Amino acid sequence: MSLPPMRRRELFAGAALTLAVIPAARAATARIVIDDYAFQPMELRIAAGTAVTWENRDSSPHNVVSSATPRVFRSRTMGTGEGFSFTFAEPGTYRYFCSLHPHMQAVVMVT
Amino acid sequence: MDEPTRRDTLECMLWAGTGLLWSVVGGVPRASLIGTAEAATAAAAGFTFAQVSDSHLGFATPLYNDVAGTTAEALRALGSSTQRPSLVLHTGDVTHLSKAAEFDAAQQIFGGSGLEMRYVPGEHDVIDDDGRAFLERFGRGAGPGGWSSFDAGGIHFIGLNNVVNLQAGGLGQIGAAQLAFLEADLRGRSASQPIVVFAHIPLWTIHAPWGWGTEDSEQAMRLLARFGSVTVLNGHIHQIIQKVEGHVAFHTARSTAFPQPAPGSAPSPGPIRNLPADRLRSVLGVTRVSRVEGNRPLAIIDTPLGA
Ligand SMILES: [Cu+2]
Ligand SMILES: [Fe+2]
Ligand SMILES: [Fe+2]
Repeated sequence: MSLPPMRRRELFAGAALTLAVIPAARAATARIVIDDYAFQPMELRIAAGTAVTWENRDSSPHNVVSSATPRVFRSRTMGTGEGFSFTFAEPGTYRYFCSLHPHMQAVVMVT
Repeated sequence: MDEPTRRDTLECMLWAGTGLLWSVVGGVPRASLIGTAEAATAAAAGFTFAQVSDSHLGFATPLYNDVAGTTAEALRALGSSTQRPSLVLHTGDVTHLSKAAEFDAAQQIFGGSGLEMRYVPGEHDVIDDDGRAFLERFGRGAGPGGWSSFDAGGIHFIGLNNVVNLQAGGLGQIGAAQLAFLEADLRGRSASQPIVVFAHIPLWTIHAPWGWGTEDSEQAMRLLARFGSVTVLNGHIHQIIQKVEGHVAFHTARSTAFPQPAPGSAPSPGPIRNLPADRLRSVLGVTRVSRVEGNRPLAIIDTPLGA
């Protein structure tokens, strides 16, 4: 029996990433900070099943809206200190933006 | 009267912070400093209206901690001046987060000013409901799309909503339905009637990487091309920037809440963070526009809250 290729690469990448393949009961999490009209990091790589939380630290409100049609996720608009979480169950490339400031764009890559 | 060269025009823009009068003569802008006899003549007679913008009620940081106060001060200054405007246009971002309490505060400040107000929404006013709550309170004369037109002082005013349905990576958007409204609204109108278009996001591209422009503004400008005097008033960028193209004068207003950096001069368009507190009042303010009696161009004056 062999792991699917993407999985294998993660296991080889180092101990920290092995968290991503443990059972769903202890699902991995990741965080994206919104500040200065930007998502940080702008490109996040995670394993399927990871719950991603966005936190708005900017003085301006922002939201998180999937660029896909139909939209995969859409947050309410977050004021300063507010957040939003979404669990990425399926592998794929998820582009998103802030619909208030559409030049703010970023991507989550799920393997 | 000498017509200024293009270079004169650009140099005059640098003076905008201290208050300039703009009058567009034959499609060419003439600038004169406030306080001069020439400026007084242009502003003295006729119909006067004002623009306020980006009051962001509900916003607070240590540096910009009294946006209700600075906004109310701007309205008081307008209401008590000898050139009390017949009409005040608010070019959006009335509130910071579209909250009911913020809309309440806006109704108190603007409604309580006794001035005749007209509003278009900013992206901060349409949060999570596409502007329904905003238009219910401030959308007089506007349908569910948030656009409207009316006549006052011989000028035809058109308020546009370019802050909804924004697309990833894009700029502000007028949209097909609103362009159809604009086309119908202008059809058959005399080309000699002065037109004032007001909308939140600039209707010309000031800085695309920050989203400071409108995707389909060129289509709107094409519909306006045959008119002899078109003045476009916008907000959103919290600073004065002006441009004249043919018979069209573009102008963005200061905020009454907080200033934003010059296009591309900072990592992000967020509020200017290192402003000395004693300079705050010089970067907030209002815009006044006069129509001189007769078929003369509009004159634009920006007034900061303080020096
Ligand atoms: Cu945003
Ligand atoms: Fe604003
Ligand atoms: Fe805005």
